[in-house]
Amino acid sequence: MSDSVLDIKALTRRFGTFTAVDALTLSVDAGKVFGLLGSNGAGKTTTIKMLTTLLPPTSGEAFVAGCSILTQTVGVRRAIGYVPQAVSVDGSLTGYENLLIFAKLYDLPHREQQKRIREALEFMGLSGDGGRLVGEYSGGMVRRLEIAQSTLHRPRVLFLDEPTVGLDPIARDAVWKHLMNLKASYGTTLFFTTHYLEEVDSYCDRIAIMHLGKMTALGTSRELKDSLGVGAPTLNDVFIHYAGTNLDSGGSFHDVTSERATAQRLG
Amino acid sequence: MITTLIYPIFSFIEKTLVITEFELRKLRHDFTELITRALQPALWMVIFGQVFAHSGVMHTGNIPYLDFIAPGILAQSVLFVAIFYGINVIWERDLGIVQKFLASPAPRAALVLGKGFSAGTRGLSQALIIYGLSLLLGVKLNWSPLALLNVMVTVMLAATLFSTFSLIIACIVKTRERFMGVGQVLTMPLFFASNAIYPTAIMPAWLRTISHLNPLTYVVDALRTFMLAGSVSSFGLGRDYAVILLTTIFLVIVGARMYPRLAT
Repeated sequence: MSDSVLDIKALTRRFGTFTAVDALTLSVDAGKVFGLLGSNGAGKTTTIKMLTTLLPPTSGEAFVAGCSILTQTVGVRRAIGYVPQAVSVDGSLTGYENLLIFAKLYDLPHREQQKRIREALEFMGLSGDGGRLVGEYSGGMVRRLEIAQSTLHRPRVLFLDEPTVGLDPIARDAVWKHLMNLKASYGTTLFFTTHYLEEVDSYCDRIAIMHLGKMTALGTSRELKDSLGVGAPTLNDVFIHYAGTNLDSGGSFHDVTSERATAQRLG
Repeated sequence: MITTLIYPIFSFIEKTLVITEFELRKLRHDFTELITRALQPALWMVIFGQVFAHSGVMHTGNIPYLDFIAPGILAQSVLFVAIFYGINVIWERDLGIVQKFLASPAPRAALVLGKGFSAGTRGLSQALIIYGLSLLLGVKLNWSPLALLNVMVTVMLAATLFSTFSLIIACIVKTRERFMGVGQVLTMPLFFASNAIYPTAIMPAWLRTISHLNPLTYVVDALRTFMLAGSVSSFGLGRDYAVILLTTIFLVIVGARMYPRLAT
């Protein structure tokens, strides 16, 4: 019996008359991998922004590591790591410097900083690259550095917004290998969004599917497949069933441009 | 009781300096920017300054015209360096850097002020260039250590002031295209409605009134008093510092409240 580290209660966000996230309720147990799926514009990124205190909800509440995202924002920020969808390390600094700045901002004790940075680089397979400018890194290396940066302070929950978008299959596998190591070594809970269904099948303990702001399915990959009944449904069938087949639902121009820009920078 | 009060202040200063430190590290990796930045003040002093000094149309009292504009050009180049900080912030937003900083426990005001101070250090490099040009052109500078220290403090504060102003605009417009437009529209009036390249005494009354509401005027007045040998402040240094400092504090508070808007 593990405790829940993430409790979301009727979380809602409206932009004008448009409801981006509609009364989302779910909880995630500590040390688990949770995947949030949905087509573009389903409300996945908005959900992550609310849980990381970047965007105040219109109504509802959520507790991250026991802290309220409404009233204990600093507590939440101390407990989480966040890897945004866009590239979030600075290309004009070295890998080491990118880590050092976060070691300092998160108040890691001075004695520990160098040790943690060395460990984090090693852990993400970047030991030899700490002294190079990030502008020279490959896409997969950038993502691994971002994960290293977001986990220096050993967060209890790591939020990842489409961590593997724009990466080739080999780089994707490497990122996931490191993420699973992180979970095994530190018990970090992973909460991520993705479009890649095979990632969800291989790595997620539980999945939620969102469609137009509402959660339409919640369970393990197995449970969701079984819920479709007869035949041998794949996760693809599950996704189409719960996330809708409407081709035009997906995302604003801005969402699409920024996603492609990210893919381009990493690729 | 005292520790609960001191720790946040200490932590705030520490975080501010962390942000500044890393902005400077970026500069160290690529300092071509500093060199190209030297061009504009050189043009203003060598060409504009020389022509107007030669023509003798500007009446600047007992101070030669070239001496008169040297502090003005310093204030101008600090303004120009600082006002385009917003572009930098928007760039960091389009990447995910702003979001990641905002999801960290560092105080928002420290993130904003740290950026401001880094603009300040870029401003100091401009001061170095202006002092070099002034030496070459025979401007009579005040070399007392106290005066130099005051010039540095004024430049730091002015750059913090205008870069924070720029950051606030970036938080409102959010895109580079719009920012470029607004940046142009703001910079020129700030510059021309000030005492940077002519005394306010020759302005029409309405413009003089506006210039007295312009923080750049007080920056120029303070710089002119500290930089030039035998120059007297028009407004009093106390008033100059008060206006600059209070405006900066006000803008940093506003900037800290606006900064999270960039993440949405």
